[in-house]
Amino acid sequence: MLEEENERKEEECLCASGDLLLLACAGGSNVGQISNQAAVELAREGRGRLFCLAGIGAHLETMILPAKERNLVTIDGCPVQCAKKILDHAGLESALSVVVTGLGIEKSPSLDVDASDCAKVVKKIKEGLRVQP
Amino acid sequence: MMKIEVLGTGCSKCKSLAKNVEKAVAEAGVEAEIVKVESLQEIMNRGVMMTPALFIDGEAVAVGRAPSVAEIKGMLKR
Repeated sequence: MLEEENERKEEECLCASGDLLLLACAGGSNVGQISNQAAVELAREGRGRLFCLAGIGAHLETMILPAKERNLVTIDGCPVQCAKKILDHAGLESALSVVVTGLGIEKSPSLDVDASDCAKVVKKIKEGLRVQP
Repeated sequence: MMKIEVLGTGCSKCKSLAKNVEKAVAEAGVEAEIVKVESLQEIMNRGVMMTPALFIDGEAVAVGRAPSVAEIKGMLKR
C-alpha cells in the first residue's frame, strides 16, 4: 500500500529528471506552432523536458535557476530567433539551437501544423542531440 | 523567524531535501519555521515546474535539485 502511494507520488511529481530542457518560441505563425509541436513530441518521447520560455522571459527565478544547470535546446520558428534572444537576455546559453525556416519550411500566417514539416524539425533536433557532447 | 518552504509532492528527492533542510537548520542553530508544500496545484501556482524546490522567506533559492546540508547552511546565513 505504502509502495503504491510512493509510486503514485513519483508519477505525478515534477521531479527534476534529465538534464535537457526544450524551449520553443511557440510564435503566432505556422513555424512558431511547428516549433512548439516539435518540442511537445520530443518531450513525449522522453528526449527532454518541455520548459516555459515565457517564465524565462519574465526572469522568474523559479525558471532561471533550473535552466542555469541544464542543457538548453531552443527551437525558433524563424530567423528572428526570439527564443534564443530571450535566453541571451537572461544570461543563458543554448547547447543546441534550431530554426524551423532553416530547414526549408516557409513561414506563413497560418497556425496549421504540417505533420511532415514537424517531423523534419524533430529529426533535425534528434540529429543535433546526437552530436552534442 | 525565518520561513523555509520545501516544495515537492513527496517523492524521494523531495524527502531528501526536507531532511537536509531539517539537519541544516539544527546545525546552524537558526530559528526557522519549516513548511512542506506537497500540493501539486500549489507548487505549480508558485511558478515551480521542477521539484524539489526550496524557498527561504518567500524567495526561490533552489529549484529542480536538492542542495546539500552544507549548501543550505550557506543559504541560511545570507
